[in-house]
Amino acid sequence: MPVTSSKSTIDIIVALDRESIDAHEPELSAQGIIVYDQFMLKETYTGDRFFNIPLLELAEKHGRDKIMANTVAVGAVLGMLGLGTDVFFGIIEDTLRKKGDEVINLNKDAFLAGYEFAVQECLQCAFTVKPQGEPRMLIGVNEAIGLGAIASGCKFYSAYPMTPSTGIMLFIAGKAKEYGIVVEQAEDEIAAINMAIGASYAGVRSMTGTSGGGFALMVEGLSLAAMTETPIVIALAQRPAPATGLPTKTEQGDLLFALYAGHGEFPRVIFAPGSPEQAFYLTNKAFDISQRYQIPVFILTDQYLSDSQWTEGAFDITSFIHRDYRIRGDYLEEIGDYKRHAYTEDGISPFGIPGTSTKLIVTDSDEHDEEGHITEDPETRIMMVDKRLFKKMPLIKKEISPPLFYGDKDPDIVLVGWGSTYGVIKEAVDIISRHNKAAMIHFSEVYPLPSTEKMDYIGILRGAKKTICIENNATSQFSMLIKSETGYEFTHHINRFDGRPFFADLLARRIDDIH
Amino acid sequence: MISIEAYKGRIPAWCPGCGNYSILRAFKETLIELDIAPHEFTIVSGIGQAGKFPHYLRCNTFNGLHGRTLPVATGIRLANHRMPVIAVAGDGDCYGEGGNHLMHAIRRNIGVKLFVHDNQIYGLTKGQASPTSMEGVITKNQPFGVLSGQLNPIALAVALDCSFVARGFAGDIVHLKKLMREAINHNGFALLDILQPCVTFNKVNTYDWYRQRVYYIGDDYDPEDRISAFEKSLEWGERIPIGIIYLNRRQTFEERIPFLKDSPLINHELFTDRWRDSLKKAFDEFF
Repeated sequence: MPVTSSKSTIDIIVALDRESIDAHEPELSAQGIIVYDQFMLKETYTGDRFFNIPLLELAEKHGRDKIMANTVAVGAVLGMLGLGTDVFFGIIEDTLRKKGDEVINLNKDAFLAGYEFAVQECLQCAFTVKPQGEPRMLIGVNEAIGLGAIASGCKFYSAYPMTPSTGIMLFIAGKAKEYGIVVEQAEDEIAAINMAIGASYAGVRSMTGTSGGGFALMVEGLSLAAMTETPIVIALAQRPAPATGLPTKTEQGDLLFALYAGHGEFPRVIFAPGSPEQAFYLTNKAFDISQRYQIPVFILTDQYLSDSQWTEGAFDITSFIHRDYRIRGDYLEEIGDYKRHAYTEDGISPFGIPGTSTKLIVTDSDEHDEEGHITEDPETRIMMVDKRLFKKMPLIKKEISPPLFYGDKDPDIVLVGWGSTYGVIKEAVDIISRHNKAAMIHFSEVYPLPSTEKMDYIGILRGAKKTICIENNATSQFSMLIKSETGYEFTHHINRFDGRPFFADLLARRIDDIH
Repeated sequence: MISIEAYKGRIPAWCPGCGNYSILRAFKETLIELDIAPHEFTIVSGIGQAGKFPHYLRCNTFNGLHGRTLPVATGIRLANHRMPVIAVAGDGDCYGEGGNHLMHAIRRNIGVKLFVHDNQIYGLTKGQASPTSMEGVITKNQPFGVLSGQLNPIALAVALDCSFVARGFAGDIVHLKKLMREAINHNGFALLDILQPCVTFNKVNTYDWYRQRVYYIGDDYDPEDRISAFEKSLEWGERIPIGIIYLNRRQTFEERIPFLKDSPLINHELFTDRWRDSLKKAFDEFF
């Protein structure tokens, strides 16, 4: 059965030193096996949990070098799982192509030696892996966001490297030449967001990406984008704790930071995909909404999402929106009295592009009049807030899709999550459904909250006995958002904030522990 | 021929006698001489008295945040590198708050022209020291005099191998116009530092103070010689050189991006059907 999350136990450990066994044996699952080489570890372990393979000997014999022990071990694992050899042979050929046929063949021989040894000798191997159906992609969220941005017409990406968001920049940079995208590694995050704002003002779709501390530097620019009504997409990959925190670990601790960042009051949208697939389609929606309403839109991910890989079916861009909201050249010329920040029925002013007609595009970080010139006139100020915030926000809210419902239609227990916990909560529902009527409500479009017209999620919550908001943070930020926007209070919370993601089995146990 | 009326913006809120008026006049006349119409270029400004500059003109305008003129200007220039982009900032904006951006804009050699209204004081916030205030000058906020050394933007730019470095004086419009023209026509990043008296808050560096000291760099001077440019950049005090101090004709940032060669980024298609196939290949890499 395909998995959508991690669990706390390990099924196969390949131990290349004794420390690996000492450290990880307690995590071995009931049917788990530790693969080792008694000569490499200079130690013999007994019992069904251990599977001794002469990794070094096979490596020297078939691969002509001890260094091939890794390849032998990979062969052994595939043999233990009863998987075929074709895929791995393909990987060897692709990765080692530059090193020539001899190296490729030695690797294949070493791999096969491990593979055959395991097939013949591993009597305790009870694993069977079902044959794969249709081929699927192996993809991470950063690549999915990169692909979504490219396929949405992103032309400018400026950022400063910061784990775990850097992968987006690297992916887009790798495709920059092919799709004509300017990717600039800025001197700092302040420059990164201001460059993206400049490029967007001048008429190209722009994006930036960062993590907590880098976003702290971008906050000033976020306000600038909002005030000048310049569209921008910001990927914010969360990691734990204040300051530098735990740079290579995970947390959902910046939801309210993203929501309240920036001085002054202005509209914004926050998406929080729970998988590469969701990230791909939401990136297109982020570009479309940010262009249409001339606002900042966030794609909120985290280290767990960014550094994991999923198997996904093929992505399809036929549903992608490529509506061009810019007004340029003759179309701009035809507007008699063009004003960049003109008051309109829906609050959206025509998005004129400078240098493409005789019309002037004027905007200001100061409060400005319709033309974009600095003013402190009280009437104008009220009209501008009305235009930028009150008129746009109800329209933006209508764009937000309902949350995803999974499980029993009349649940006693409802698990609620957002963003990266999608897969793990879904599996926890499967586990606890053996004894309970349980369901999940997962939000990937978190702000503004979806209206309850299409799906009355508040009604579902009120009808359940236990409602548990599950968050990878200490303070239940999403439950605070739900409470402040709807008044609804969850009956229970489950939090994890040690820098690690939830595991399905442990999460199910914590749910069972709630009485 | 464009008339000066075409550039007429709102009525300036600067103090009477402010050096900004002559910079504004010099700029308008330069545009007329270069035949650049209001819609054909963009000014990016920051915050400070200089930041208001584009509102007193008619032109495409992005009046952004304090210190952030250059990143915004860089983004605009990369989106549309056929359009002249001029960044207007004060000494506090550009050498203080935005110092890091200056350093890197020079390194990039992005085709942005930076005009710094350098009055050696903070005017908008009413008289605090700026990075170019002279050491020892007493202000309301520096009661023991300015304790830090005076920033030398010209020497800094030469050290960073800036492709165009010049100093002008707001009290000499004819000369300033020539420098503005050269800066706009230069291929690459240009720093034009404009000495400008603040008649209200800077009682030291007055019109007279500057007039007694500035001198034109002679025709025998070779701005492409970096060593003499260094020497020239260090002159300050009794004699202050004005003119083009350093020229280094290196490739621009835009010129190094191959797909900008034929048309600016804003003219590239938002999405083309051709990409359906190439995206399919991009997806295939994950199978």
